Amino acid sequence: MNEADDVLVLGGEKFTSRLIMGTGGAPSLDVLDRALEASGTELTTVAMRRLDPAVQGSVLDVLRRRNIRVLPNTAGCFTAGEAVLTARLAREALETNWVKLEVIADERTLLPDPIETFDAAERLVADGFVVLPYIGDDPALARRLEQAGCAAVMPLGAPIGSGLGIRNPHSIELIVEAASVPVILDAGVGTASDAALAMELGCDAVLLATAVTRAQRPELMAAAMRSAVEAGRMAKLAGRIPRRRYAEASSPSLPRFA
Amino acid sequence: MKVTINGAAGELPDGTTVAEAVRTLTALTSGVAVAVNDVVVSKGAWKSTSLAENDRVEVLTAVQGG
Repeated sequence: MNEADDVLVLGGEKFTSRLIMGTGGAPSLDVLDRALEASGTELTTVAMRRLDPAVQGSVLDVLRRRNIRVLPNTAGCFTAGEAVLTARLAREALETNWVKLEVIADERTLLPDPIETFDAAERLVADGFVVLPYIGDDPALARRLEQAGCAAVMPLGAPIGSGLGIRNPHSIELIVEAASVPVILDAGVGTASDAALAMELGCDAVLLATAVTRAQRPELMAAAMRSAVEAGRMAKLAGRIPRRRYAEASSPSLPRFA
Repeated sequence: MKVTINGAAGELPDGTTVAEAVRTLTALTSGVAVAVNDVVVSKGAWKSTSLAENDRVEVLTAVQGG
């Protein structure tokens, strides 16, 4: 197939890159800038926080310069009400109706609260948002959110920032099989093989931040993630061979000597 | 009148508008959003919206995250 035809369609928009970068955790805007470029990402998350007059430079300047679409998140929200208000503020500030919906249950695990997330998703869809919810690896919740009108579902591989990879590949596969909206593996990626696995499992894209921004060499890891996502996607499209218990000769089976 | 901006309580003259309150923090208007008492005030309404005693004003912008 022609690689140019393999685009990600998300919320009616087309993306060539299937790697969505977060901006959290980078030691400086300069490091972030170079990592974003190396990642090839076309969509990048930001958080909404109280304006601090002392802060110089903005992540928005970096994204604007690189022509990267901004995806505000609702990180830090514990209730549907907080998340809806944050999404509306983001829409006002950033002039986008896209939102990565993130409603967490507690500070220690940062695991998403399914009840609050679903409540917020319904309200935001009704308010005209393109809602991309961050959820646990729960196929039933993924289905319900799709039915509620979400533009994608974003199950975690493992807790945010943990780098534990994909703890339950089977659940991710179940979500992928049932979904007709894009499935974006979000959170838990630690290294390139995790991102490749997500794509091999059939995810449409990978969202990651910490694995790159807190790597010893963020720019190099960003390039590694870009390659991993591309490799995993191609492997998925190519169709892997079945696993088998015993060997299957790859050389002709005729005897070498008559 | 007493108004809280981003969690900090302060005194502002009666009739202070949202636009004037924002200017106490930043000259920027793009990339900034305001909620008064948990309700978004759109940019077009900043100049015409006056604050009232005990209003809670939140002025937000995008930062690295996610």
